[in-house]
Amino acid sequence: MKTIKVGLGTCGVSAGAEKTLEAVRLAIEKENIQVTLKETGCNGMCFREPLMEVIDESSHSFLYGDVTPEKAQRIMAEHVVGDSPVKEWIVQNSGPSGDDSFFEKQKRIVLRNCGIIDPNSIDEYMAVGGYEAIQKVLKEYTPEKVIEVITNSGLRGRGGGGFLTGVKWKFCRQASGDKKYIICNADEGDPGAFMDRSTLESDPHSVLEGMMICAYAIGADEGYFYVRAEYPKAVQRLKHSIREALARGFLGKNIFGSAFNFSVKIKEGAGAFVCGEETALIASIEGKRGMPRFRPPFPANKGLWAKPTNINNVETFANISWIIMNGAEAFASMGTENSKGTKVFALAGKIARGGLAEVPMGITINEIVYDIGGGIKEGKKFKAVQMGGPSGGCIPASMGDLKIDYQQINKTGAIMGSGGLVVMDETTCMVDMAKFFLRFTEDESCGKCTFCRIGTKRMLEVLERITDGKGKEEDVDLLRELAYQIKNNTVCGLGQTAPNPVLTTLKYFPEEYEAHIRDKKCPAHSCAALVTYSIRADACKGCAMCVKACPSEAISGEKKKAHEINIGLCIRCGKCFETCKFDAVIKN
Amino acid sequence: MMARENTKKGQGENGFSNFKVELWKYQGEMGALIPLLQSAQGTYGYIPESAIDHISEVVGIPAADIYGVITFYSQFRLKPMGKNIIKICDGTACHVNASTAILRTVEDELKVNGDETTEDGLFTLQKVACLGCCSLSPVIMINDETHGKLTPKKVTKLLKEYRENCNE
Ligand SMILES: Cc1cc2nc3c(=O)[nH]c(=O)nc-3n(C[C@H](O)[C@H](O)[C@H](O)COP(=O)(O)O)c2cc1C
Repeated sequence: MKTIKVGLGTCGVSAGAEKTLEAVRLAIEKENIQVTLKETGCNGMCFREPLMEVIDESSHSFLYGDVTPEKAQRIMAEHVVGDSPVKEWIVQNSGPSGDDSFFEKQKRIVLRNCGIIDPNSIDEYMAVGGYEAIQKVLKEYTPEKVIEVITNSGLRGRGGGGFLTGVKWKFCRQASGDKKYIICNADEGDPGAFMDRSTLESDPHSVLEGMMICAYAIGADEGYFYVRAEYPKAVQRLKHSIREALARGFLGKNIFGSAFNFSVKIKEGAGAFVCGEETALIASIEGKRGMPRFRPPFPANKGLWAKPTNINNVETFANISWIIMNGAEAFASMGTENSKGTKVFALAGKIARGGLAEVPMGITINEIVYDIGGGIKEGKKFKAVQMGGPSGGCIPASMGDLKIDYQQINKTGAIMGSGGLVVMDETTCMVDMAKFFLRFTEDESCGKCTFCRIGTKRMLEVLERITDGKGKEEDVDLLRELAYQIKNNTVCGLGQTAPNPVLTTLKYFPEEYEAHIRDKKCPAHSCAALVTYSIRADACKGCAMCVKACPSEAISGEKKKAHEINIGLCIRCGKCFETCKFDAVIKN
Repeated sequence: MMARENTKKGQGENGFSNFKVELWKYQGEMGALIPLLQSAQGTYGYIPESAIDHISEVVGIPAADIYGVITFYSQFRLKPMGKNIIKICDGTACHVNASTAILRTVEDELKVNGDETTEDGLFTLQKVACLGCCSLSPVIMINDETHGKLTPKKVTKLLKEYRENCNE
């Protein structure tokens, strides 16, 4: 019997996967086809959603991409019933699309089950070795031994800071007190990052199991998932997983016949980026305003309800059971001197194949962008990658051979961050990018530290002035001065890293700042105030579409004759540029 | 899709609102404030003053402190919201892929500015930082449904569909 899988992650669903699934169901019912139909999460190929996989009787897998309901019908008829695969739509193994290379350089630990198992089925997770690591740990390992294994693996926290996970666990283990908590940080606030969402949606049990092992190691009996409000599907699947695990007795008292007790709760965030910071997150779970506090004391000693608390990121936890089953050496054999294992990156922006890719540390930026990501969309020129979100920075394409690990990335002025990797091309303005992130941090600053609250606002004003064509010569120095003060006079990571996007763009793209300030020009033709529009008479067909689209009645011209834009009336909204079907409207 | 959204927001068991049920169930758990506020908002679509008073009474936290928590988190609203919540993503990937044009189109279509509710009460607009669907950018979320790879044209069509659905 064949098996059919349809990916139902958030990305799949928004691309229409539910309709595809429905079409498959209908076909099965109508023709009474004998198959196993399964829902899975996301395998990372978000750019090809909706995805449908057909596994034939000899366990051969055929992955189809961009499967509309109509395509699904044909696949059902020709492949599932008729045994002849619809070659032209296959995107992995023997397909013509060339998307195979998306997986070639990947090494999947965190994403090992994503897109393969049904996230709503604990049995499927167990069929691929799930919950064996916790049993092994409970039977064979002392808590100290678990900590030793994790320390030896070299695993560093994947939430941004990159602190050695084993060492952090040890601190919490050694902290005095009977009651301890653990927290899974699923707040994933960095714009441009979605690996935690996808992991929770596609393989929630692996995160839960990692958390259980951690709880055993540090001696905690209660845990919390702190999940972003914007991730309803992740919350729903987590809730389901917890119920399943409870029903099997994997959560609760005397787990697997041991003396280990553990229960978990889910807390939904309420929309505040700063709550990803660990002390703010704790305040938020306690029901307070999510404001960071000064450390020490660290949460390991004084965390939730003032008890010793260990906080790790989703991806960190998803690595744990693999390390237990495969050994610290296997994990440590991948990566570089100071960064072991793999890292999941969320590829987005102007990249041809956007999605999730898990790669060994030490891979180069170019390998990710070209070999995995398929290069830049629409054949444009690769300009930079943004790593680390609002705390990170833009690394120019000229540094594409840089090997990705914590140290190398830090040297550039960016940070590894949580793994968002947004690719930019020649049409992206770097000053606008810096402004974009500053607006974000200014908005999300909790207001506790003066330099973060007011300093980011002042920086934003300067950047707005520059992109409006009103920049002054001394603005660059002013930005540097403010950046220095903010970095050094704030309590938490939000303020301490907020100037990074500005500093890195100043470092690698000073000419763009100059062009804006001195020449009042935006080289990327992106800043509205610095772009003028005109119509190429030879290309204009006189269709009057732009005339209709223009909100300020700035375009005139008779039908079938070339139109003209009155610069004086033009408000530079770009509507005509978007509307024109003949590329006759150009930016100057 | 709309029907599901409505039942979710609707009444809980025995005709009592979910929020009231949650309040009754409260037994002094620590950190219950935010879930209670979420429940109030889930039931009423926003947090009415009376809900603040109820929570204050039951949980024993001064109303002023509760107000402080409400205004800290962007999720909470003190004014009624539209029937449909439109979240427009302006995350990095969406920004790079021209989400500004999407925002402008929605604002023009609904005749609202920024985070406002339409006059007919059908839509509330919210600009959000990132919906985590970056590979499909630009993205918007209407209620719990995410829509990706949008163009100004597609958004216009989408809004029309929702409006027609509401008028049925
Ligand atoms: C402003 C700010 C936002 C943060 N957001 C997140 C987040 O969304 N997810 C996360 O896992 N860690 C986030 N962190 C890092 C956490 O404070 C903490 O270091 C992390 O959860 C620890 O887990 P790890 O050791 O497994 O990385 C953030 C830190 C700061 C300063």
